[in-house]
Amino acid sequence: MKIMVAIKRVVDYAVKIRVKPDKTGVETTNVKMSMNPFCEIALEEALRIRESGQASEVVAVSMGPQQCVDTLRTGLAMGADRGIHVETKEMLYPLSVAKLLRALVEVEKPQILILGKQAIDDDCNQTGQMVAGLLNWPQGTFASKVVLDKEKQELTVDREVDGGLETLCLDLPAVITTDLRLNQPRYATLPNIMKAKSKVIKKYTPEELNVEIKSDLEIVQVTEPPKRKSGVMVSSVDELIDKLKNEARVI
Amino acid sequence: MNTYCRLLRRSSTRYLLHRSNSNSQHSTQFPGFRGHFGTSRPLEQLLGDPKRTLSTVFPPLREHIGSGLTSACNVAGHTHRLPCRFFGSAPIVMQRNPKFSTINADDITKFKEILGEKNVVQDEERLLAANTDWMRKYKGSSTLVLQPRTTEEVSWILKYCNSRCLAVVPQGGNTGLVGGSVPVFDEVIITMGSMKNIISFDKVSGILVCEAGCILENLVSFLDSQGFVMPLDLGAKGSCQIGGNVSTNAGGLRFLRYGSLHGNVLGLEAVLANGTVLDMLGTLRKDNTGYDLKHLFIGSEGSLGIISKVSILVPPKLSSVNLAFLACKDYVSCQNLLLEAKRKLGEILSAFEFLDSDSMDLVLNHLEGVRNPLPPSMHNFYVLIETTGSDQSYDKEKLEAFLLRSMEGGLISDGVLAQDINQAFSFWRIREGVPEALMKAGAVYKYDLSLPVEKMYDLVEAMRIRLGPAAKVVGYGHLGDGNLHLNISLPEYDDTVLGLVEPFVYEWTSKYRGSISAEHGLGLMKANKIHYSKSPECVDLMVSIKKLLDPNGILNPYKVLPSSLTS
Ligand SMILES: Cc1cc2nc3c(=O)[nH]c(=O)nc-3n(C[C@H](O)[C@H](O)[C@H](O)COP(=O)(O)OP(=O)(O)OC[C@H]3O[C@@H](n4cnc5c(N)ncnc54)[C@H](O)[C@@H]3O)c2cc1C
Repeated sequence: MKIMVAIKRVVDYAVKIRVKPDKTGVETTNVKMSMNPFCEIALEEALRIRESGQASEVVAVSMGPQQCVDTLRTGLAMGADRGIHVETKEMLYPLSVAKLLRALVEVEKPQILILGKQAIDDDCNQTGQMVAGLLNWPQGTFASKVVLDKEKQELTVDREVDGGLETLCLDLPAVITTDLRLNQPRYATLPNIMKAKSKVIKKYTPEELNVEIKSDLEIVQVTEPPKRKSGVMVSSVDELIDKLKNEARVI
Repeated sequence: MNTYCRLLRRSSTRYLLHRSNSNSQHSTQFPGFRGHFGTSRPLEQLLGDPKRTLSTVFPPLREHIGSGLTSACNVAGHTHRLPCRFFGSAPIVMQRNPKFSTINADDITKFKEILGEKNVVQDEERLLAANTDWMRKYKGSSTLVLQPRTTEEVSWILKYCNSRCLAVVPQGGNTGLVGGSVPVFDEVIITMGSMKNIISFDKVSGILVCEAGCILENLVSFLDSQGFVMPLDLGAKGSCQIGGNVSTNAGGLRFLRYGSLHGNVLGLEAVLANGTVLDMLGTLRKDNTGYDLKHLFIGSEGSLGIISKVSILVPPKLSSVNLAFLACKDYVSCQNLLLEAKRKLGEILSAFEFLDSDSMDLVLNHLEGVRNPLPPSMHNFYVLIETTGSDQSYDKEKLEAFLLRSMEGGLISDGVLAQDINQAFSFWRIREGVPEALMKAGAVYKYDLSLPVEKMYDLVEAMRIRLGPAAKVVGYGHLGDGNLHLNISLPEYDDTVLGLVEPFVYEWTSKYRGSISAEHGLGLMKANKIHYSKSPECVDLMVSIKKLLDPNGILNPYKVLPSSLTS
């Protein structure tokens, strides 16, 4: 069985985001880029399934500019068997990504497609759901536990929902999107980094996959959230009450 | 990408708490120490909080001190001999210098008049925090903390204290590790935390001028927003102040790359014991006019003057930082790896740190949320190699090639390479967390030594043999700089063990022409040990300088130099 994992290159989680002065987007030049943390979790889960002997191959897929290859290399160093890079300079929106993934699924024929529940840059939380819809596959989103029964061709997925856990049973092939607590991703060890050097990354263009990149969305403006005002010290309870009443107008 | 990026990152702060921000969790046992490892908070938030220095950083300290500390120092005003017992070093009989006066009501009135009621602190809780050092090993019995806000106020305080012969202790973030930042008896504590303004920053030359009380981490975040970094970084960055760093000539994690503060500090403003303000606040890289006096104050641990302002050369922040966490089978491999790294990574190498398996074990057992990057087995030694450069793909390729070659050559037995900043944080957390883990493990005797790299670990092994199973001996530190942190951890302080450790450790260091204080200073702990590293002639000259600048000896008495020579 083959598992396909989508991984996205995003501004590193720990980097302080700066909005471009012209408000068209977020500054990415000279900014550290890394794999989206939820995608790391997705890849880790695929690797664990493979290591349990229930899958034979993990294919990592990334889409975007040339530098996505670095992110794929990280995925290969974590243990993915090979990579696919769909290269485009166009801005990619979830629907385009979902269409590209569907096209790749048709080529690669995996039984499971795993994605992060969202990317920490645009926070869309749409791609997994969209691709499941396009493929007409069942979906287990926000997975916090995944159990594969290869005999029965079934996946059991725990999802964190408000107030508890929901357990779903999905027939294969299926789409999974991963939540935080699913697993703790491994580090890239030197022996694996070495092995990754000889692994193959296959390139496609959207045209080759017959997908037209276009968007129904237009970004009007990107702005920073309002700055938090620093606190003030009040000298008495009376002053506090006065401020709450007259300045904050909350009481 | 759109505006939600910021929000999202905030909303997902839960994410990887254990990785990026594990700092905030370590406070369970000693909540008061959170500041030492805190991650960046907005500058304005910290700068805007005048109470932070003492009350918010240290209050819970109270619960952890007390019973263990025998302080014979609450004898202010008395002149008889008495044993003053500290756990940091061998027992010494210490005497309060009888020539110092004691504080009276008039003094307090004067101080309040000049500094304002609020800046004359007599509150018990805050006094206790200011009297006690980070390790909770040294405790003074001062009854007064003064908080100057300007150089003029520092000058006024010193002039007044000098005229009254009142002894003082300058205090920064109180993270010093040699008992230098707290009073021995009833010295007046002068805390610098209210002087926390950034005065200027020149982007073209990379020169930052600021007041001495600026917390290192605040300077780091300020500079980060300007695209620069501080030339020093250390585990105590959340609390220590630049004035304290300069006064101890702190080394830290980036020393290998950016060198000593003697090189990076371009100028200082310092106030002498008699209140004279020395303006040495130059911002020139080259200035050979007479004796370079600022160097006297760098590393003088508050014994020659109070540093009030600092001008410091800061390097630009480079975009490509890589970090590897490696395992080595023996110390010889660590050494050879260092040699190779200097040769092959030269221009991008920015840190080379090591810890032994006992240090690793402590960190894994005592710090929450830390995981072993190289499971399942333990290795004898761990090394962190950091590179900093300007070209990510070039640097990474170079580092990877170097590591793979070293692995094939057997220098490295295993390793991981951080793939994102969070992973890098969690590797650094292990190395930076060793002092904290040691604190949590019980009592600890700390030695900060400079030794020839090839000899360095022999001392750790010799000490292990000497102490047997009675104590855990751990070695870690700045291998790239030949700086060993030798720590002896045991459930409780124990004179028998201490008797085996000292003077052996000093004699051993002296024999190999090492330094008994590589970067922490002498403070109180090692004031009487200076001769292990300095000749009598040098010590005599130091004493003369001390007497010239501070004839009454009011500045940080009993510290740095042997009291027998200064009083
Ligand atoms: C977890 C931890 C990790 C550390 N790691 C390192 C490390 O890697 N490298 C290293 O070198 N050190 C390290 N240290 C010790 C280091 O010396 C201090 O952290 C720091 O440099 C002291 O700054 P501070 O503001 O806390 O000074 P304090 O502790 O308050 O004072 C230290 C000394 O300087 C004097 N002083 C303070 N401010 C002034 C001033 N404005 N004018 C005159 N004198 C002053 C004091 O009287 C005292 O003698 C570490 C400490 C801790 C707790």
